Amino acid sequence: MLRRIFPHPQLTLMLTGVWLLLVNTVSAGNLLLGLVFGLAIPVITQPFWQKRPVIKRPLRVVEYIALVTWDIVMANVVVAYTILFKSNARTRSAWVRVPLDLTSPEAITLLAGTITMTPGTVASVLSADASSILVHCLDTDDPEAVRDEIKHRYERRLKEIFE
Amino acid sequence: MIQAALTFAVTCFALALVFNLWHLARAPGVVDRILALDTMVINAIALLNLYGISQGTPVYFEVSMLIAMVGFVSTVAYCRFILRGNIIE
Amino acid sequence: MLEDTTLIAEIVVSVLLVVAGVFGLVGSLGLVKLDDTMRRLHAPTKATTLGIGGVLIASMIYSAVFLDRLSFHELLITVFLFLTAPITANFIAKSYMHRHVDEGDLPPTEGPYGWAVYDAVPEDERPIDTK
Repeated sequence: MLRRIFPHPQLTLMLTGVWLLLVNTVSAGNLLLGLVFGLAIPVITQPFWQKRPVIKRPLRVVEYIALVTWDIVMANVVVAYTILFKSNARTRSAWVRVPLDLTSPEAITLLAGTITMTPGTVASVLSADASSILVHCLDTDDPEAVRDEIKHRYERRLKEIFE
Repeated sequence: MIQAALTFAVTCFALALVFNLWHLARAPGVVDRILALDTMVINAIALLNLYGISQGTPVYFEVSMLIAMVGFVSTVAYCRFILRGNIIE
Repeated sequence: MLEDTTLIAEIVVSVLLVVAGVFGLVGSLGLVKLDDTMRRLHAPTKATTLGIGGVLIASMIYSAVFLDRLSFHELLITVFLFLTAPITANFIAKSYMHRHVDEGDLPPTEGPYGWAVYDAVPEDERPIDTK
């Protein structure tokens, strides 16, 4: 019964929060309206949410977000340095294949997003059976080290969160 | 001090828009043009927000939110058209 | 005391704006300077996110301290851009590979199937919709 009213409790919370951010004032009326949206939209869109991702360790998510935010700032500095002070001839770009241990689509999406936002790497394409991901590096001397860092720094943490 | 910083930031983003326009005009392929357009959208959002700060109104926030959404959807639509030959199957 | 916080906020907002401007400019400079499309892809996706993030955080602090108006909706744009930037980058990379990159130039997948731009898994054994 409760499942029928709240098919997706996280989505309800998120929609209410987004509504409050959008109107930019916290008042009883806005909270109520946000809750109405937060309750109605998951019920209406329920056929689209067949499988929901299970987050095993919510606290690790906070740690992961902090780590990625820090890495994004550092990535900006590294890429800015490469653009400003390295000539095109001395920049060594490379394709790197990263084999994936993750299996859930949400985790792979998050990993690809993280790779794109962090130092000098863009996640380009998955293999057709989603068993590895192709990463383009802007400037690297050691493609293996990039692969190991992605696996160790991000994929291990995502595996702990999702599996 | 904030006035000076605002002027500096507006100059930077305006120059960035000029670079994007330059790249849009002489880019070697259609994919590069999409990339230049996408960057232009992001720089335009930054300029709008800077203008909002200098005028002290939150009105421009809604404008930049809309531009962010339209820019994202249009980039995805362009790329999808190149990849698949149509946008909605 | 009050003047101190105002001064600190003024410095923080100014520094954020200057940093944001520099990174936004460098991102677009990279677009013109780098010589390969895959390389050019790196510049806007990274440098611009910090540029825009700086502007939006500066706007939040500015309206909270100087206009006495707590404002959090800038967070919404920041989150939206941080979520969509990897997706557009991925789409642009895929369309570039589709048009200009030969599969032989890429490292092999070392699996039974090739990269998703060039190869497809039959419908019934598809673990994830990779198209």
